[in-house]
Amino acid sequence: MSRIAALFLELKKTGKKALIPYVTAGDPNPTVTVDMMHGLVDAGADIIELGVPFSDPMADGPTIQLACERALEHNTSLRDVIAMVSEFRTTNTQTPVVLMGYLNPVEAMGYEAFAQAAQKSGIDGVLMVDMPPEESGNNAKIFADHQLDIIYLIAPTTTDARISEIAKFSSGYVYYVSIKGVTGSAAIDVADVSKNLERIRSRVDIPVGVGFGINNGEAAAAVATVADGVIVGSALVNKIAANASQPEKAISEVQGVLAEMRSAMNANQGS
Amino acid sequence: MSNDKNTQNNQQDLPVLPDANGHFGIYGGRFVSETLSAALDELETLYIKLSKDPAFQQEFDEDLAHYVGRPSPLYFAEQLTKHCGGAKIYLKREDLNHTGAHKVNNTIGQALLAKYSGKKKIIAETGAGQHGVATATVAARLGMECKVFMGSTDIERQKLNVYRMKLLGAEVISVESGTKTLKDAMNDAMRHWVTHVDDTFYILGTAAGPHPYPMLVRDFQSIIGRETIRQCDAQIGRQPDAVIACIGGGSNAIGMFYPYLNMQDVRMIGVEAGGLGLAGDDHAAPLCKGRPGVLHGNRTYLMEDENGQIMGTHSVSAGLDYPGVGPEHSWLKDIGRAEYVAATDDEALAAFRDLTRIEGIMPALESSHAIAHGMKMAKEMSSDQVLVINLSGRGDKDIHTVAGIDGLDV
Repeated sequence: MSRIAALFLELKKTGKKALIPYVTAGDPNPTVTVDMMHGLVDAGADIIELGVPFSDPMADGPTIQLACERALEHNTSLRDVIAMVSEFRTTNTQTPVVLMGYLNPVEAMGYEAFAQAAQKSGIDGVLMVDMPPEESGNNAKIFADHQLDIIYLIAPTTTDARISEIAKFSSGYVYYVSIKGVTGSAAIDVADVSKNLERIRSRVDIPVGVGFGINNGEAAAAVATVADGVIVGSALVNKIAANASQPEKAISEVQGVLAEMRSAMNANQGS
Repeated sequence: MSNDKNTQNNQQDLPVLPDANGHFGIYGGRFVSETLSAALDELETLYIKLSKDPAFQQEFDEDLAHYVGRPSPLYFAEQLTKHCGGAKIYLKREDLNHTGAHKVNNTIGQALLAKYSGKKKIIAETGAGQHGVATATVAARLGMECKVFMGSTDIERQKLNVYRMKLLGAEVISVESGTKTLKDAMNDAMRHWVTHVDDTFYILGTAAGPHPYPMLVRDFQSIIGRETIRQCDAQIGRQPDAVIACIGGGSNAIGMFYPYLNMQDVRMIGVEAGGLGLAGDDHAAPLCKGRPGVLHGNRTYLMEDENGQIMGTHSVSAGLDYPGVGPEHSWLKDIGRAEYVAATDDEALAAFRDLTRIEGIMPALESSHAIAHGMKMAKEMSSDQVLVINLSGRGDKDIHTVAGIDGLDV
């Protein structure tokens, strides 16, 4: 069983939901990222989505675009990101790590070379924003051969038939994009999410994480009542942006936001 | 065909592409985030339905005839031919279209799709501003709200087109991210589309992007090659030895090339932006110097670094300043059916001046790249050979840029 599947199973036993923070690797600079990852775990992260910086992040709003630009000023490459996970794994063997990003850096490195290195470093899953199932082809097999879960997105616009198709390719969890938009653009509508989750759950038998538009404890707790995982990105990356010149403060501010979400989620779950 | 050599076709016809998933060999496809999948499916279904509908075709043809002014002439450039002293040079005069470039062929087609789709708002990306102007034009005519995304660098160097779009009632949105050019305008147009996908139709300007755009843009632009074939038969009594077109995203080139694909004796030559020269990185020539990757929804040749990050490009012409290219060109390059070369900024500028002075025709700086290579080729060919150069746009919009290079402020 993968580290991700085991985690969700464990959470289910205790009636808890996963808190899944996203940060862009190399933001504000590459030396901060491993400390940031440990900081996220200390503040209550169950899974870490680590962004691979890309020059043209088409599905991201300004917050994560700028995070990519800061990381790329330091030439943070996919190989660097994999090395960061290796370093993280020297002291943390528990917390699943999912690489999230765009396909071209993987394409440039080569799928087999990437999958080998990712597995070796202790990466658990990959979420390629611009790799829908119909373009996964042989890549999905290469990832699976290296024990990497493949996380796909489901959107409000995804048809029922397509959800069933995506379910066939998915492992670990699926990521429900709660709003039509880019990352960090609008606040989440929990009633709408709840309705869509019913649609998804009847077709997908692995956990469902929900992301986009979750920016405070209240929203996190509300989403946690309906989803298996709460994914938060831009709300954290905004704190990094505001403290880019003081990495330690950036980490503690990010931890503050995450801890608030964790405690709101826990309070709501009565645990 | 009236020319013997074009009928001696021993090679098999090329496969009809793209395939059902939008692939041209390994290129093309639909590499987009999930939110757009439904919209692209819907667009594909609509297009496949309408492309078989004679009423739709008739409406398209009538708009091209009476609104755009087609067919555009195939002009024998006698003076330029004499100047070069070799092959006969013909110019396909897309510069004479309404709005001044080939771009309008596609925007007329996509505007019709928008009308049938029932969506009320139009967005577009633009580099040189020609596609933005052509989109703003059709939006004005349809009474639809129009937003055009344009990099702030391009806004600065294409002021005239920016003002034209505003006069036509479009909102020009300045894009400040990344390199502030065409690729970033495309990113922001996609981002806007994701957010407003229910009521917005995205009129993409080149034969690139996610399926079905490369296919439908090609089909709308293929009027260029179909007319050229007819006109060559009627005016010259034979098909040319080669057709030449400039390549940014590659829509005017694929429009010229596509009808010629199975006439394998007609060479097809695409001319990329060589910028300051292919030896360095200051150019926009992914087919000449790049490698395959994934950007803007399709797999194609890209200008990228060793880590897969997209590189900034350079060209004197904003319309060619793009790190990718339409996927069908990538396929045509790999199978060897088309040849891809580059012309530098200086060569394009020289061609701009030559055509202006010798023929009294001022080409767009984009098209000047094709003119530059065509002149070079013609000089090495014999007088019984024929070249057709696609003059994809007129140069009025570039006067400001050329004057700046001359040290003048007009």
